[in-house]
Amino acid sequence: MTGLMRRHTTGPDSEQVRPAAYVHRRADSAAEARAAMTPASTVRPAPDTLVRSRPALAFKPIRPGRAVAIASAALVVSVIAGVAIGPAGLSVPTVAEAIMTRLPWHPSFPVSAIDTAIVWQLRMPRVVLGVLVGSMLAGGGAAYQGIFRNPLADPYLLGIAAGAGLGATVVVVSGGSQALLPPAAFGGAAVAVALTYGLGLTAGRSGRQGAIGGGTGSILLAGIAIAALLTAFQTYLQQEHAQTLQAVYSWILGGLSGATWSDVWLILPYVAVSAVVLVTHRRLLDVLRVGEAEATGHGLDVARVRLTVVIAATLGVAAAVAVSGLIGFVGIIVPHTVRMTAGPSYRIVLPVSMIGGAAFLVLADIAARTVQAPAEVPIGVITALVGAPFFLFVLRFRRAEQDLA
Amino acid sequence: MRIPDRVLPALAAAAIIAIACAACGSSSTGTNTAATSAAAGFPVTVHAANGAVHIKSRPDAIISLAPTATEMLYAIGAGAQVKAVDDDSDYPTQAPRTKLSGYDPNAEAIAAYKPDLVVISNNIDNIEQELKELSIPVLDLPAAVTLSNVYTEMDQLGAATGHAAQAKREDASIRSEISAIVAAAPTHAKPLTYYYELSTNPYYSVTSSTFVGSLLALLGMKSIADSITGPAAADGYPSMSAEFILKSNPDYIILADTGADGGQDAATVSARPGWSVLSAVKDKHIIVLNADIASRWGPRIVDLLRDVETAITAGAR
Repeated sequence: MTGLMRRHTTGPDSEQVRPAAYVHRRADSAAEARAAMTPASTVRPAPDTLVRSRPALAFKPIRPGRAVAIASAALVVSVIAGVAIGPAGLSVPTVAEAIMTRLPWHPSFPVSAIDTAIVWQLRMPRVVLGVLVGSMLAGGGAAYQGIFRNPLADPYLLGIAAGAGLGATVVVVSGGSQALLPPAAFGGAAVAVALTYGLGLTAGRSGRQGAIGGGTGSILLAGIAIAALLTAFQTYLQQEHAQTLQAVYSWILGGLSGATWSDVWLILPYVAVSAVVLVTHRRLLDVLRVGEAEATGHGLDVARVRLTVVIAATLGVAAAVAVSGLIGFVGIIVPHTVRMTAGPSYRIVLPVSMIGGAAFLVLADIAARTVQAPAEVPIGVITALVGAPFFLFVLRFRRAEQDLA
Repeated sequence: MRIPDRVLPALAAAAIIAIACAACGSSSTGTNTAATSAAAGFPVTVHAANGAVHIKSRPDAIISLAPTATEMLYAIGAGAQVKAVDDDSDYPTQAPRTKLSGYDPNAEAIAAYKPDLVVISNNIDNIEQELKELSIPVLDLPAAVTLSNVYTEMDQLGAATGHAAQAKREDASIRSEISAIVAAAPTHAKPLTYYYELSTNPYYSVTSSTFVGSLLALLGMKSIADSITGPAAADGYPSMSAEFILKSNPDYIILADTGADGGQDAATVSARPGWSVLSAVKDKHIIVLNADIASRWGPRIVDLLRDVETAITAGAR
């Protein structure tokens, strides 16, 4: 391992410790939501919103139907490209023949067993897994942003990243088989979110409501504390077992390079349930946008909706993390892009984010496997290269808006 | 009682012989005959990768923080002078393994053993400077890139420990064994291609320009990673996608990620999605190396080379 270890002796970076920016609750979120509410809304604007005007959006919002159509077209194109492009340099006719070879009643083609295996065993599960993971990360990000009314919320917010990382590290350092990684990561993520949510709710009830932003504020803070705690455990375990650094590090960087059909079948049930629950809650998320008090006034059981959406998003994101590691920024970039182009209503943001997230991750994965072919660039590097500048842009955009308020 | 002056040298010689024999007794290599003359070579200045290393007298409390250095020390007959080795130095088994870490070295923990020579292969956390400030000489033996590096490092260790002659003999023995193995290897019109696996997820491999690659080249083998150029070649240790490995369809798959840490073997490789179509898998041309031997550049490179030669000789029949 010597040559290899040297390059990997640095531990995982501090990405898992969520920046404090996450807890900055947006003072203007309720106002913004009101401004964007449907005309049928009976909520009367609070006096403070009357003096404030929204900055013009960069784009005129496009119609919902068109947004869905554009995202779907992008998904179809990226899936076709994902199967057709790769470091083996197969020609398009070869790929087409390789695909048809496995279909019933196909004519016989002179395509080699190796090319067929490349297309069916390597590229296709990768693309399908990219679709599932991308939709969950983007959908989960959008859902968390809605639930916590925080534009910088991402799918790893409540300790998922740290919990999954600890679960994976425990398996790696204890010499468990690779097959144990996904369930361990999934379990770690689920336990971390349960701890965060439980502790956050308790703290929120016992503390003064205004002190740290009430219920959601204390949940976000609990998430940061849990993430720090679990990351410390993980780092300690890794230091104790330095020879496993590379394996853990690779997992943390994330990627779809090891994708198999069994990964797809493994996470499909969670992704399906999560997607259905999130999409059916999209209208309730819109009601939440006006603020907790107003939503409660509308007869919405805020705590129940929040818990349902958090559980659904956590299931989906934890399943995605279990098979693909930590892929950053997808959950930030995609929902915000959708908001800026198609408007802030969750009726559009949730489904379009899921479709767009799938397309984005499949495209990012094509870059990951071709930019430095035949080496693979960790997909998290690609999404972060695109995502970090975008993240800064979102920060600036939000700052300008707040200054106006 | 007053001892006559001329008796003193005799007593001293007797004492030295007694100490040396004690050393022989505890040395399991059992071939240590140079000890009596060892004191003669000191003080010595060894020119190593980390510059000139001054060693005042024959060290007898050596700490090795590198598994390869440990293997070399025992091979050249300096095993009896080794006081402690790091937690990864598992060969030879009689080496005094401790909790000391070569990857995360702690100067204070090392100094507690009162060493008179510390051998490292990696100046991690500037451990060399820290130990120098405690007046402990440090010999840096970095990972070998060529076979001649191996011989040079053995010679440096020999000079530093008072076993220069034995180090030379060990060099010669490795040289002749390698020549014999290379002579026994089958010849092929085209070089045999191989995929050498350091790790999965991602698949890290080696090119023929690396140390292991240069050993395999002696047997007429060529890495599929050799076609990778530019930054992707990663100084000879590229990672590559499964797609590239499948498309390259190597003659042999050589696994170095075996044992407790890697866990790979012929069965796990065959079970990977899509890999069953590879000719190396179909022909059972999967060579399972000992992960420890494969990651070190000590005397046991001979064993590695022999394992591969045996496999390709059997495969050529």
